[in-house]
Amino acid sequence: MELYQYTARQLQQCLSDNEVTSEMIVNSFLAQIERVEQEIGAFITVTADQALEAAKESDIRRRRNELVSPWDGIPIAVKDNMSTKGIKTTCGSKILANYVPPYDGTVIRKLKAAGLPLLGKTNLDEFAMGSSTENSAFAKTCNPVNWAKVPGGSSGGSAAAVAGYEAPWSLGSDTGGSIRQPASFCGLIGLKPTYGLVSRYGLVAYASSFDQIGPLGRSVEDVADLMNIISGYDQLDSTSVNRDCPNYAAALTGDIKGLRIGLPKEYFAQGLNDAVKAAIMAAVDKLVAAGAVVEEVSLPMTEYAIETYYLITSAEASSNLARYDGVRYGLRVADEDSITMFKSTRSAGFGPEVKRRIMLGTYALSTGYYDAYYKKAQQVRTLMRREFAEAFAKVDILITPTTPTTAFGFGEKKNSLEMYLSDIYTVTVNLAGVPALSMPVGKDQEHLPIGMQLIGQHFAEEALLNTAYTLEQVKLKEGCVHE
Amino acid sequence: MSKYETVIGLEIHTELLTKSKIFCGCTTEFGGDPNSHCCPVCLGLPGALPVMNQQAIEYAVSAGLALNCRIPRYNKFDRKNYFYPDLPKAYQISQFDLPICVDGFVEYELEGERLRAGITRAHLEEEAGKSVHSGNSILGSDFSLMDYNRSGIPLIEIVTEPDLRSPAQARSFLEQLKSILEYTKVSDCKMQEGSLRCDANVSLRPVGSLELGTKVEIKNLNSFKAIERALEYEVHRQAQVYDQGGRIVQETRAWDDVAGITVTMRSKEESHDYRYFPDPDLVPIEIDAHWVERLTDALPELPLAKKQRFIESYGLSDYEAGVLTASQDFALFFEQTVAEYQNGKDVANWLMGEFSKLLNNARITITDTQVTPRQLAELLMTIDKGLISGTQGKEVLSAMFTSGLNPSVIIKDKGMQQISDSQALAGVVDQILADNPKEFERLQQGNEKLLGFFVGQVMKETKGKANPQVVNQIISERLRELS
Repeated sequence: MELYQYTARQLQQCLSDNEVTSEMIVNSFLAQIERVEQEIGAFITVTADQALEAAKESDIRRRRNELVSPWDGIPIAVKDNMSTKGIKTTCGSKILANYVPPYDGTVIRKLKAAGLPLLGKTNLDEFAMGSSTENSAFAKTCNPVNWAKVPGGSSGGSAAAVAGYEAPWSLGSDTGGSIRQPASFCGLIGLKPTYGLVSRYGLVAYASSFDQIGPLGRSVEDVADLMNIISGYDQLDSTSVNRDCPNYAAALTGDIKGLRIGLPKEYFAQGLNDAVKAAIMAAVDKLVAAGAVVEEVSLPMTEYAIETYYLITSAEASSNLARYDGVRYGLRVADEDSITMFKSTRSAGFGPEVKRRIMLGTYALSTGYYDAYYKKAQQVRTLMRREFAEAFAKVDILITPTTPTTAFGFGEKKNSLEMYLSDIYTVTVNLAGVPALSMPVGKDQEHLPIGMQLIGQHFAEEALLNTAYTLEQVKLKEGCVHE
Repeated sequence: MSKYETVIGLEIHTELLTKSKIFCGCTTEFGGDPNSHCCPVCLGLPGALPVMNQQAIEYAVSAGLALNCRIPRYNKFDRKNYFYPDLPKAYQISQFDLPICVDGFVEYELEGERLRAGITRAHLEEEAGKSVHSGNSILGSDFSLMDYNRSGIPLIEIVTEPDLRSPAQARSFLEQLKSILEYTKVSDCKMQEGSLRCDANVSLRPVGSLELGTKVEIKNLNSFKAIERALEYEVHRQAQVYDQGGRIVQETRAWDDVAGITVTMRSKEESHDYRYFPDPDLVPIEIDAHWVERLTDALPELPLAKKQRFIESYGLSDYEAGVLTASQDFALFFEQTVAEYQNGKDVANWLMGEFSKLLNNARITITDTQVTPRQLAELLMTIDKGLISGTQGKEVLSAMFTSGLNPSVIIKDKGMQQISDSQALAGVVDQILADNPKEFERLQQGNEKLLGFFVGQVMKETKGKANPQVVNQIISERLRELS
């Protein structure tokens, strides 16, 4: 086995046994990127020089016994919507094609402080708006499992990088499923943390009250470790929660006796692929065998999830993306005066999906429409939160499919609405602000990974991770390797 | 009498005196090299987030309390969306439906009458940057440069009820408001630096009517004088329109200070739809009632109350008390002087006369003077004791003003001390009487004019240091002895 095929935990072991250096690890990943990147297209920017530099520094620290964290020297890839000082941060948009930020976001600062070399910035749907990474202005990213399929989105590059062994783990951001859906399509573990658990400072905003950074990995342990690195209160983010974070890795006991699992019936209704449903039910059976109890629950507000989600996120996006006006940074299309310059710049700089959402959001916030759209949607959001809280009074976690189908082909979703509907099982989680994890539970006839979603109440990451870990261990015992 | 009643309401923006900006740690200092007081937050860089400055909240609450406002338990921040080059996020963080202060009033005086104007609300918001045009104005300029040093300085916007009935009332109200804000130490209210700005809404209605007429908003009012002139012009213009059977169009007009007229800026149709919605990057603020109580207790004595007390305690006229209390620093200087020298009327005369003249000539305020209240009191006592004359006192004060030295030192240096010792003066007087026997004889015969001649001679002999009253006394004694 080559180094690039190891999980982060395995690399950590090799490093601490002094079998390898961080430089060797980084070189192994850079060589793999060299080999497969042409086909996969996971990265917008590969930061080979910086990664090697950071790896060498880590090796020096290791020799001097001055390690800054248990993960010192293990490289990572991050989505290209997180502000990186001195490294282009494009958000997959022409409007930021040449934007080089003067500052590191909080999560990037935490990665650096933990000694993780950055391999590069990964591809995404423009401004994280999309479910296939097809909306990127720069590159096509293929699903490493099957190059004819999309990797999902919007964190498609972060998922493809890990699934294609171009990085041991990565960071994505999730506004309506953008970590979980690509994790599901690429056969990975992906976690959308509780809103407020991971700082958003430096995460380029799509929809501020939904956006959350989270980890993607090939094992539950890796995802738990990465949560230990990135979570925690940040005084630069007013929506960050000031509470002690647990040790997520310590929560992986493999014991779920008495865990109450709820299956929301609305998530298993029409539109769900049979193979997906069968794989989920088989996984649930394994959890029951491990000591969990299952009951059916109902979340009737799910019916309004897509509409509610798109109204509020588009409203926030219309305001968040207004700053790209060509005045201070990024693309500028010169014109007669400032107003025409704004128009020309934004017309040329944004892709069609971004424009669609800006227009939808602008409309929803306009005088005369605010009450009917934005305000109504916020009221529905409150009801959804309440509905989740009621469900969690009865059960510990909810289990649903992550997506109605496995990875689809390029250009297969003919219109926006069809694309939006592929997020139907993930968006409610962001509306409620609760955490959710996607993990692989099998493959369909085309050998495409099937993802299962575990949803917990606010700050129930430990329960989600431990449940996923328990199932992962059962599958490993059964002889299944990582999908 | 006019057949129209004037109705005026004001919107006042004033910068708060916090050390750092409202949502980041950048300095609020005036001036500095362009864009040197900036960071990712106040430049609105992608991914940057606002964090509330607690001092700004405190100053806003104190200002509200000084304006007799109610402080609601909750307030929140909203985004006001519009495109302008000086607005880095293309939205201003402001307060829409839940402002920090509501329902207040200001009492003010005009021509001896006490009046009251309602305060609808006062809310917190952030300042925008500044455009610097290559030409004289935006029109005809080849390019404009942006300076974001001001971007993010905290502002409060104070909105009055339409309670003002004349341009003179508007001006007096504003002067009172400025004084209150200065007293509360929340703003330095420097109109020339733009830290206090005012827009006015003005309409006319037939005398006796209760309905409001169509209002016109006037902008670009850069001094109290400009405000009064612009309102007078606008009242006149609207009256003319009505007199000629025309109607007023709701619009925004700009005051042209050079031409002395208002001109159309934009019509109601062209006004923005700001698409306000709650800022998802900030959390609602809950105000602690005990904290408000503490801030209420900490409020200083406000200008009108102080004025009343000055009239009652020091026997000052309405005019004198008004002048002395217009500035809190001036009033403080007065009271500190009176603590050492009890004659308030005298202190008032000196402060308003000679002292103010010196301040004006030097173009400084009372806080910048080297003279201390104790020194001024000492000077007045020296005059009272007859050690120097009042005229000499003015000369001494002028020297104190430039040197900061004690009056006694200056009097000594200048050899100014009056000779009031009758024994010392008796010799000089007797000598002069002996030298001028004819004149003395005529004086004995009752020619009173010659008294002046002898006093003059003594003054000449003593180089002006003789106390003329004592000289008078000695001569009278000699006349009595001889009769």
